[in-house]
Amino acid sequence: MRDSRTLPAGTFEAAATSAQRPRRARGSRLRPRHLLIGIAALVVLVLVSVLTGAAELGWQRVLAELGAQFTGGVSPLSEREAAILWQLRVPRVVLAVLVGAALAVSGAAFQGVFRNPLADPYLLGAASGAGLSVTVVVTAVPQVTLGSTGLAQVAAFLGALGGVGLTWLIGRSAGPDTATLVLAGVAVSAFLTAAQTFVQQLRVESLQRVYMWLLGRLSTSGWHEVLTVVPGLCLATMVLCACGRLLDLLGTGDEEAAALGVRPGRVRALVLVAASLATASAVSVAGLIGFVGLVVPHLVRLALGGSYRVIVPVSLLFGGAFLVGADMLARTVMAPAELPIGVITAFTGAPFFALLLHTSRRR
Amino acid sequence: MSLVELDGLSAGYRGSPVLSDISTAIGAGGWLGVIGPNGSGKSTLLKAMLGLVHHGGTVTVDGRRVSGLRQRERAKLLGYAPQLPQLPVGMTVTDYVLLGRTPYTGPLGRESTRDLDIVAEVLERLDLLDLAERVLSDLSGGERQRAVLARALAQRTGVLLLDEPTTGLDVGHAQALLDLVDELRHERGTTVVTTLHDLTMAGQYAEHLLLLEHGRVSAEGAPGEVLTTDVLHRHYAARVSILPLPDGSPAVTPVRESARRPREG
Repeated sequence: MRDSRTLPAGTFEAAATSAQRPRRARGSRLRPRHLLIGIAALVVLVLVSVLTGAAELGWQRVLAELGAQFTGGVSPLSEREAAILWQLRVPRVVLAVLVGAALAVSGAAFQGVFRNPLADPYLLGAASGAGLSVTVVVTAVPQVTLGSTGLAQVAAFLGALGGVGLTWLIGRSAGPDTATLVLAGVAVSAFLTAAQTFVQQLRVESLQRVYMWLLGRLSTSGWHEVLTVVPGLCLATMVLCACGRLLDLLGTGDEEAAALGVRPGRVRALVLVAASLATASAVSVAGLIGFVGLVVPHLVRLALGGSYRVIVPVSLLFGGAFLVGADMLARTVMAPAELPIGVITAFTGAPFFALLLHTSRRR
Repeated sequence: MSLVELDGLSAGYRGSPVLSDISTAIGAGGWLGVIGPNGSGKSTLLKAMLGLVHHGGTVTVDGRRVSGLRQRERAKLLGYAPQLPQLPVGMTVTDYVLLGRTPYTGPLGRESTRDLDIVAEVLERLDLLDLAERVLSDLSGGERQRAVLARALAQRTGVLLLDEPTTGLDVGHAQALLDLVDELRHERGTTVVTTLHDLTMAGQYAEHLLLLEHGRVSAEGAPGEVLTTDVLHRHYAARVSILPLPDGSPAVTPVRESARRPREG
C-alpha cells in the first residue's frame, strides 16, 4: 500500500482505459474441469452399479444389452432378465443419483443460508416432520406397505414440508435472525420426534417397519419413485444453481448484503423453499438418508474452495455419485441381504470425512 | 462527485431512538468525520444513511432521495464498509472484492469482463494483487481492512461510508489506509463519511467534523473548532490537551489526572 501511494494522481482512472490493462481478475466460478470430474465420477459409478447387482445377469451380458438398446440390436437377455434390469436395477440406480443429488444440493444451500458448516437438509424439521407423519400413517393404516408408492410417500412429503413450515412460522415470529430459525428448528424437531415416539409406543407392532423407513432405503417399485422426485429436484437445482452468488453474498451478513443491493430475507426464503422441496421429495421416496447432505458439500468445499457458485453444482454431481456408491455397498456387503443405506452412508462417509479434514488441516 | 445532505435524520432499533434530528451537508468530494463517545450513534448514522435501519427524515445524494430508490440503485450511489465485517468462510480476496460488483451484475450473478477489470484495478490500487488468491481468514488485520475497503471501492460509488476503517490497525497501517482514502477522494472526487474514534486522525483527515452525543449533534465544524479542550471535556468526560502540530492541525492527547495535579496546585 505504501508503494501505491507514490503513484501519480489519476493512475486509478487511467488504468481503466490504457492499453496496458492490469491482468483481469479471476473470480471463482464453475469451470469445465469441475463439472467434468463430477460427471466422470457419476458415470463410472452408475455404470458399475448397473453392471453388477443381486441377480447374476453377468456384466458382459448387461453391457451387450445396453449396447443393443442403443443400437437397436438383439438383446442377449431373456424377458425376465430384461425386466430385472430395466424395471428394478436401472430405476434404483437413477433414484440413487437423484436422491443423493437432492440431499447434497439442499445441504449446500442450508450451509450457505445459515453460514454454518454443520447445517444439513434436516436442520429445520424436515426429517422429524416426515418421521411423524409416516409413523401416523403406518399405525393408522396397518395395511400400507412402505416400499410401495402412494400414501406413505405423500405423508412423508407433506410431513417434511410441514416440519419446515412450522419452524419457519415460529422462527419468523421471534425475529428475522437466522440463529432464531435454527433454534426454532431444534424445538420443532424435538417436539415432533417426541410425538412420533409416543405414537410408535401406542402401536409397538409398527415399530420395525417405521424403523426401517427411518434408516432410509432405495428399493423401488419401478420408475414411479424416479418420476416423483424429478420435479422437486429440477426446480430446486435451477433455483439453487442460480443463487450461488447470492449465497456467497449472504456470507457477509445481512447488513452488508442489503448495502450491496440485495434483500437477504427474500434470498433466504427462496433458497429455503427450493431446498426444502428437494429434501421433501427425496425423503418421500427414500426415507431418511443421513450424512449425504452434510458431508458432500463439505468435501467439495475442502477440495474446491468456499464459493457456492462452485459448491452447489458440484455437490449435485458428487451427491449423486456418492449415493450410487453407497447403494452398491448396501446391496453387496451382506448379499443377498440388504443393509439400510443410511448405515452405509454414515459408515463410509464418516471415516473418509475425518481423513479429509485431517489432510486439509496439514496442508 | 456527490453532494450528500441529511435533513432531520432520526433512527432507532425496536422503538428506542438512537439518533434524532441530524441535519448536515457534505459537499461533493468532501470528507465528513463523525466522532462522539461510545454509544453516541455514530454507526447508526451510517446505517440510517444506507437505509439499513428504520429511520425518519431524509437523506439525499445529488438531490435524489435515497429512501425512494430501489435497493440496487442505492448500492450504486453509496458504498459501505462496516466496522466489524463478517468474512465469508473460505472466500478468496478476489471473490470478496467481486461481491462489490453485485449491484451491477445480472440476475444470475455472472460478472462481465468490465466487472473483472474493475476488480483487478482495485486490487492493484490497494496493493492486494499478491493476496488475490488468498483466503480472507489467512490475512493480517491490515490486509483484511484493505480487502474490505477494496470491496467498497469496487462498488464504484460517488459516496463512501466507512465505519471505523482503522479498527485494529497500528498507527502506520491506519495512516496508510486513510492516506489511500484521501488520495482516492482527490482523484475521483468521492465524497467520504467516516466514523473515527482517533480524534487526532479525525482532525487531520476530515474537513468537517460532526460530534454526536446521545444521538444528537452537539458540535459541528472545522476540526479546529470542534477539537477543543472544552468541548471534549464536556462531551467525552475526558481530560485532554490540544497541542498544535507543525501543520496547524490539532493533536488531541489524553492527560492523566495524577500528572495534572501539581500544575493545578
